[in-house]
Amino acid sequence: MSKARAAPLRTALIHLALIAYTVVALFPVFLTVVNSFKSRNAIFREPMAVPTPSTFSLVGYETVLQQGDFIGYFQNSLVVTVVSIALVLLFGAMAAFALSEYRFRGNTLLGLYLALGIMIPIRLGTVAILQGMVAAGLVNTLTSLILVYTAQGLPLAIFILSEFMRTVSDDLKNAGRIDGLSEYAIFFRLVLPLVRPAMATVAVFTMIPIWNDLWFPLILAPGEATKTVTLGAQMFIGQFVTNWNAVLSALSLAILPVMVLYVIFSRQLIRGITSGAVK
Amino acid sequence: MGSLELKSIRKAFGTHEVLKGIDLEVKDGEFVIFVGPSGCGKSTLLRVIAGLEDATSGSVRIDGAEVVNTPPAKRGIAMVFQSYALYPHLNVKDNMGLGLKQAGTERAEIDTRVAKASAMLSLDPYLARRPAELSGGQRQRVAIGRAIVREPKLFLFDEPLSNLDAALRVQTRLEIAGLHRRLKATMIYVTHDQVEAMTLADKIVVLNAGAIEQIGSPMELYNRPANIFVAGFIGSPQMNFIPAEKLGQSGAKTIGVRPEHIALSRENGAWKGRVIHVEHLGADTIVYLETEVTGLLTVRLFGEHRYAPDDVVYATPDKASLHRFDTNDRAIA
Repeated sequence: MSKARAAPLRTALIHLALIAYTVVALFPVFLTVVNSFKSRNAIFREPMAVPTPSTFSLVGYETVLQQGDFIGYFQNSLVVTVVSIALVLLFGAMAAFALSEYRFRGNTLLGLYLALGIMIPIRLGTVAILQGMVAAGLVNTLTSLILVYTAQGLPLAIFILSEFMRTVSDDLKNAGRIDGLSEYAIFFRLVLPLVRPAMATVAVFTMIPIWNDLWFPLILAPGEATKTVTLGAQMFIGQFVTNWNAVLSALSLAILPVMVLYVIFSRQLIRGITSGAVK
Repeated sequence: MGSLELKSIRKAFGTHEVLKGIDLEVKDGEFVIFVGPSGCGKSTLLRVIAGLEDATSGSVRIDGAEVVNTPPAKRGIAMVFQSYALYPHLNVKDNMGLGLKQAGTERAEIDTRVAKASAMLSLDPYLARRPAELSGGQRQRVAIGRAIVREPKLFLFDEPLSNLDAALRVQTRLEIAGLHRRLKATMIYVTHDQVEAMTLADKIVVLNAGAIEQIGSPMELYNRPANIFVAGFIGSPQMNFIPAEKLGQSGAKTIGVRPEHIALSRENGAWKGRVIHVEHLGADTIVYLETEVTGLLTVRLFGEHRYAPDDVVYATPDKASLHRFDTNDRAIA
């Protein structure tokens, strides 16, 4: 906003609102991280206090690293998330390109059908999915999770990407056709780089629910070898006793990889937006 | 080198018919311009020639060979787009060479051809730059260079000057005219700007609502328009149309007279009228009159003239330059 138009009071109010929202959003994260570094008694005595030399303790992290195979859980989560995002982006972009670029009978209907998944939660189909996975012999494999998450992520991806692909200049695609590029080359070399900001948006929206999901790992892949981080952290939550140190430490650790991925994608997102603005 | 023959080309999107049977012949080395108001189907026709749209029916022959089932890259054409359509991820040199590279041309041959085209368009200092680092005029030159490098049978231009500012438009227009003289290539050019059409074309094709209204050289269209549409479309400011009965003329429904074929006088003349508005353009003066006989009349005078609104003047049309149109809006020869 230009200086001439910015009223100081207005700016202050906007910042106040944004700061308030940031505090509210960050508070649970802050609480989790802070308490993961405290001893068990300190957590219950003063949950809001930051760790002091007397209350500082790494017992939670020690438990997490000793009990169970947490490195393995991280690997599982990463594999599932990264492969699912890659598949969602690839297939979502391809479907979006077909829907936005080619005129064929039933185009609109197919687009609506593919977008239906945004409105209907995939968990409604859990029983059928489980039956299918059992029949296919995929229970307790990461493949089952990847398949489900890909299906879950596709509708939104197609919806967002097809809107963006409509904005890519027809002339550019036609120039490629005249120069003898195949439709695949046009898609991968001309269109995809131009919709990169949208791809980053889709990646972020897809990634977070997958990483945080507890439901499908619990149902489809609860075995020790295929546990994800969120499921792994659950073993410290008992019916009668909960090891809060361990739970909070596990959750704090679980934030890190997803933050790294987010930073990567959001930089792409910002770069895409600014490069588009200057034309 | 490059001739084109279109036979009863029809194109419909759903039930909406955009091209209603186009027949056209373009001889080798001709510069043909499709001109018409927006939505007349001229761009669609160009796309059909390029192979970017399939015609619903009809035949397209390039150099005598039927190309309806040939993909665009194999038709021996090159196209220049209004939005330049340069590949954003490639530098100028690779942008120009991509078509040849795809066709499997040897590296050395590509380099020679790119060097030749870039010298022709003075693009040498920019060969290593990306399109984002070029100005609009430079980008359009690169797009033209990309077309030259392919050494096509047919050059297709889709409103190539519309995105340029006025000064650059004139300059690029000159370059395209020079290019046509030097390459002696067949060029087909789409525009909605009748000035571009008049200045560049050997042959103008006037399109309206998906059909050809008239084909002819610029001067033919100006001097002998086939109907009211062409008469009104070619020439600026627009021709004046006067109902024939107001002038007491029989045998025609409408009389057309171009603004530059009317003389003005303060003393006497055929039609008495009052000046409504005057535009002083330096070389020309455009006077708008409300006359008793004809209603609103536009008059174009050469040089500077001191008329002001509310002046009473007499307008006299040049009898030899009147155009007469019948009840079907066709010109009467």
